[in-house]
Amino acid sequence: MATIGAMRRCEVTGLSVDRHAERLIMLNAVTAVVYLTIGGILALLIALTRWQAVHLLAPQRFYEFVSTHGMVMLIFWILFFEVAGLIFASTVLLSARMVIPWLGWLAYWLMLGGSVVATLLMLSGRATVMFTSYPPLRAETHWYYAAVLVFAVGAILAVVHFFLNIVAARLRGEVESLPLFTFALMGAAIIALWSLVSGALALFPVWLWTLGVIPEVDPGIYRLLYWGLGHGAQQVNLAAMVGVWYGLASLTTGARPLNEGLSRIAIVLYVLFINMGAMHHLLVDPGLGTWVKNVNASYFMYAAVMGSLIHAFSIPASMELALRERGYRRGLFEWLRRAPWGEPGFAALVVSMILFGLLGGISGVIIGGPQVNMISHNTLLVPAHFHMTVVAGTTTAFMGIAYYLVPLIFQRQLLFRRLAQWQPYVYGFGMLIFGIGMGLAGHWGVPRRHWDITFSTAPALGMNLIDLRPEIAVFLAMMGIGGIIAVVGGAMFVLVAVATVFVGQRTPRPVVGRIVPEAFSPYPVIAGGSGEAAASGEHSRFEVPGTLVISVAFLILFIFLYGFSWFELSRVPWKIG
Amino acid sequence: MASRVSTLAKPRGVWWEGLGRDERLWVWLTVIWGVAMFLMIAFVWPLIGQEQNRLSSYRVDPATFASQAEAFMKQYRVGELDGVPVVAPPAGGDVYLDARAFAWQPVIRLKRGETYRFLISSRDVQHGFSLVMPPHSINVQVLPGYVTVLRLTPEETGEFPLICNEYCGLGHHLMIGRVIVTE
Ligand SMILES: [Cu+2]
Repeated sequence: MATIGAMRRCEVTGLSVDRHAERLIMLNAVTAVVYLTIGGILALLIALTRWQAVHLLAPQRFYEFVSTHGMVMLIFWILFFEVAGLIFASTVLLSARMVIPWLGWLAYWLMLGGSVVATLLMLSGRATVMFTSYPPLRAETHWYYAAVLVFAVGAILAVVHFFLNIVAARLRGEVESLPLFTFALMGAAIIALWSLVSGALALFPVWLWTLGVIPEVDPGIYRLLYWGLGHGAQQVNLAAMVGVWYGLASLTTGARPLNEGLSRIAIVLYVLFINMGAMHHLLVDPGLGTWVKNVNASYFMYAAVMGSLIHAFSIPASMELALRERGYRRGLFEWLRRAPWGEPGFAALVVSMILFGLLGGISGVIIGGPQVNMISHNTLLVPAHFHMTVVAGTTTAFMGIAYYLVPLIFQRQLLFRRLAQWQPYVYGFGMLIFGIGMGLAGHWGVPRRHWDITFSTAPALGMNLIDLRPEIAVFLAMMGIGGIIAVVGGAMFVLVAVATVFVGQRTPRPVVGRIVPEAFSPYPVIAGGSGEAAASGEHSRFEVPGTLVISVAFLILFIFLYGFSWFELSRVPWKIG
Repeated sequence: MASRVSTLAKPRGVWWEGLGRDERLWVWLTVIWGVAMFLMIAFVWPLIGQEQNRLSSYRVDPATFASQAEAFMKQYRVGELDGVPVVAPPAGGDVYLDARAFAWQPVIRLKRGETYRFLISSRDVQHGFSLVMPPHSINVQVLPGYVTVLRLTPEETGEFPLICNEYCGLGHHLMIGRVIVTE
């Protein structure tokens, strides 16, 4: 391990690693995993309560835990992990320095302080306002809003630091073009800035209101600003996840983007349009006109959907090309059969892409339409959708890349490889059952965020939804059982990560599975190949026929489900509007 | 084909290149599908659909709305169910629906095939109007200070639970109402 001043040279990748960056990546990643563990334990308790046959928790505990679970998973786990990713992408990957180390530390301590205080307040029942904290519902204490604001300021500083690192590296002449991974994270960082600022603008007046400085907060305007954060933050995940997808494809198969420009354009589509689409939480709100809703959903959102469809093609295509170049070129799908299915990163990539695309993405487009939204708004279908995107998609992808980055950054050998191999499949299978059960329950009209989800205990006008339609009990059981399996899958990840960090064998040359070493090199060396680019001039034929077939099949399913959602809307036995 | 590099490495030189056959085909498919979805929302459904998102709304002082709703309940009251007034508004008339933690008032009795204008608002915090008719439901958001105006025409008789789908406090799961549709 050669060390020059504050920089270390990585033996596997050949990259120079800034010591400050390394320590901050470690801290942010460890904090992220701690929050993932807390959120996972809460997830299990919540799933076992929503499953009416078990109905574990008492009502107050349930609402406290749902509030905590939402913030911890959607904001704390993901943002700490993303900050680790932003530092990695803007320093290690560019072999560049971290320009202002103290700014990185300040950002970390603000984020940590804010998130710890907010978590404790939520767990102690003094901020049971759910993830959305819609006024005029108010937390018992104004410290909750202050804590969230402090966290947001820290996160904004971390994002600003990312840009400073890149600008500095560029000024020093260390980079010309950014790696696609870093470029995708830059897209995520731009969206993050917008959403964090939007969230601060929403919550700051609420904080003043709870302090008694201003008399009231308009709930409609709060919602508009809040959803810049509430959904915007999830669009950050989307962009970061796509970056991780490209990264995993390269790490595990040596994939190189089919068309660098097209992939980057798709990321730019996210940056331009996806945050505008975030307004689709307001599709059945008072205060906004029909045309605003229609334009927002049909134009801004679909421009971003096109970005996703491009990635859905480009990533498998890049892997197909890489595997074909290694000789697996018989038929349409030999490359797919011979792909590294036993590699945890590849498994995570496939699980993440399939579940995100089929369930998360398509359901998002469907419930994001202003008309269909009327039959899904605030039902369990909404959390089903975002669990498929944020958990089955983003979290799986992040877990997958952690199997490679944890050994690299911590310089330790990955422990429990067998467990790691199975983990993405177990986790994905659990999420699949969970998501389908929850989504169907939501379609049947079961609302979200309820302790007694079927209203069996309401003293006045009581009516058990399960008596109304017994199949709801089956859907809720699927949700409970799928949730348990997914939590087991999540625990497998935490076990592997924690064991590797604390008791993994320390080594300057970590064994990180069948990582493709040239993934980090700018020179196109194909494993076992000549080091030259693959034969060119083949544009007359289809280069990636297998991917084309898969993508078209996916599009046909998409069209079918989209059409089916309109059919379902037409079957509502009441005329609306 | 230019020399492509890994996603994790810095590309050198000019990496911009034209699209291959596969990419061109896929990009066209996504553009066509995007336009098709746009047309569906902006033109096709507004012309043929029976279920339109044409909510309107106006601002109101929560106390004013509460007194209007009380007056409405007094005028058309026909009975009581579990302590909640049952109201039968005139066919085709306005229906005031008053939300508060943790109840919907009143229970509403409607005639099948008639169109009613629902005026929905909250006295305290945000609530969610969710009329459940499994496997379907109709959902709109209810904010204090705003009246959500929704035109509904019941086309099936029966009793439909009206539940709250926006978290409104620790008794959120007790907030249930009823819409009764008769011939
Ligand atoms: Cu309510």
